[in-house]
Amino acid sequence: MALLIVRRLVQTALILLGVAAITFLLLYALPADPARMIAGRSATAQTVANIRRELGLDQPLLVQFWTYLQGILQGNLGRSYAQKTDVGALILARLPATLILMAAGIFVEVVLGLILGIIAALRRGGAIDRMVMMASFVGVSAPQFVVALLLLYVFAVTLGWFPMSGFGTAAHVVLPAATLGILGAGWYARMVRSAMIDVLNQDYVRTARAKGLSSARIVLRHALPNALLPIIAMIGIDIGQFMGGVVVVEAVYGWPGIGQLAWQAIQQVDIPIIMGVTLVSALAIVLGNLLADIIAPLIDPRIHAR
Amino acid sequence: MRVLKTMLRQPSALFGLIIVALVVLMALGAPLIAPYSPDNQMFDGLSIEGAPLPPSAQFLLGTDTLGRDLFSRLLFGARTSLVIGLVANGIAVAIGLLVGILSGYLRGAVGGLLMRFTDLMMAFPALLLAIVLAALLHPSLWIVAMVIALVNWVQVARIVYTETRGLVERDFILAERSLGAGHLRILFVHILPHLMPTAIVWGTLGIATTVLLEATLSFLGIGVQPPQPSWGNIIFESQSYFQAAPWLVFFPGAVILLTALSFNLVGDALRDILDPTQRGRG
Repeated sequence: MALLIVRRLVQTALILLGVAAITFLLLYALPADPARMIAGRSATAQTVANIRRELGLDQPLLVQFWTYLQGILQGNLGRSYAQKTDVGALILARLPATLILMAAGIFVEVVLGLILGIIAALRRGGAIDRMVMMASFVGVSAPQFVVALLLLYVFAVTLGWFPMSGFGTAAHVVLPAATLGILGAGWYARMVRSAMIDVLNQDYVRTARAKGLSSARIVLRHALPNALLPIIAMIGIDIGQFMGGVVVVEAVYGWPGIGQLAWQAIQQVDIPIIMGVTLVSALAIVLGNLLADIIAPLIDPRIHAR
Repeated sequence: MRVLKTMLRQPSALFGLIIVALVVLMALGAPLIAPYSPDNQMFDGLSIEGAPLPPSAQFLLGTDTLGRDLFSRLLFGARTSLVIGLVANGIAVAIGLLVGILSGYLRGAVGGLLMRFTDLMMAFPALLLAIVLAALLHPSLWIVAMVIALVNWVQVARIVYTETRGLVERDFILAERSLGAGHLRILFVHILPHLMPTAIVWGTLGIATTVLLEATLSFLGIGVQPPQPSWGNIIFESQSYFQAAPWLVFFPGAVILLTALSFNLVGDALRDILDPTQRGRG
């Protein structure tokens, strides 16, 4: 187990290094020029050249990348071009908001998914079962920003139950979390359903039934714990997906997380921030998968850690 | 033919097929069906206060903030979505096939390197990468297609890799090899045809992903640029107005959802038919 974790951590480090290299090369190969962006439209060629020298952009690309890597190894993500502050600090300041949104969104997904999935498994072929199967497709086919705008229109503009945008109170988190949760719940329900159907056909469940246990007890004590595994694996993958898509939801709801930070940085060609957020997102994806792989054998001893 | 017959018997696949056919008809027949030119900023397309008009007999789905007919713009937007869907996804599937088949067939350093690279791309936040690339390049229809292709090939490569690994072990490949067939012959005459079902399934499912990605990029203002209509940029243009004119978000949103849903349903049905071992899996 310890060996596994060490090996996976080394792998994680290598993957992050690769992500850093590709992002870096892509960003600096693109035609957008950060120095010109900072200098403004009316700047002279001399000013632009000065800024370029100041930021180290006049160095050869490989030298720049080497400097950047040395920084990362010391936990230093560089300084923002536009905001003149430490990128690590900027991201850390925004991270709690994004984590709250992620936790709330995944909570809605899991709760809705569990309820619908269990009902669908118990009433196989029934109306709710068919609805769940359809909902999983609608969920992956619906554009997040449209659902976000429609929820805003119904619950914020028309009914006035929740605030339009912003951050601070519990009411602010409801609509963004619902947007993420409603769209994702269908796939969780699908996973729960198929896992539950597998388990419900097992002999030990039939034995439990034969002993005269109530079906609620059979589902909650005997079947559900064994169906949890795919859900945990899915949460791990979900964390990664969420970090990739966070820009859109945060943009619509004005949520002050790292997605919004990235979106502002993209518009200002603030490359250190873009690099930082990309690395943090990649880290989340890798850690999410790692988490799923590490927790699985703890819950189900039949799975040996590879 | 057998595939089509099987699909017509499943209600959800049939529904998907009908909508897909409708969208294709919309795109092809846009100039014939559209009551107005999509770029025509009509004088009577705005209220006296200059606000967009709600759906009416004259403007079936209402007008947008510039007084253009929303129905006509949606029809022409179907062209944008389908062109990007076919081009971007076609390229993605082609890259995925190439990388997957090569890394699965070539053992050793090259194959390993290709697969490590694919693993690396799996760890990339795809949507974020697409947003960054699209924003920093000068956005146009073709750039958007390229960006989408660049982030979407990874999944195909992964699946093709696994399938190729399985195929290489099979007896008929061994037999072919002992008959003296070259690598190219084995790859293209014997392995590639077996990968076609996978390519067709992912070619269909991928269009749904692509339509959504294009809509998202255009919604952020970094996709297809107005005045060329795309379902995403129609919402982008009317975003600040949506409280007063919700139809400007609702109709394009519904069209995006229905299109993506249909391609997903058709792709899923195709997977069940072409690859029975995958039936019922996520």
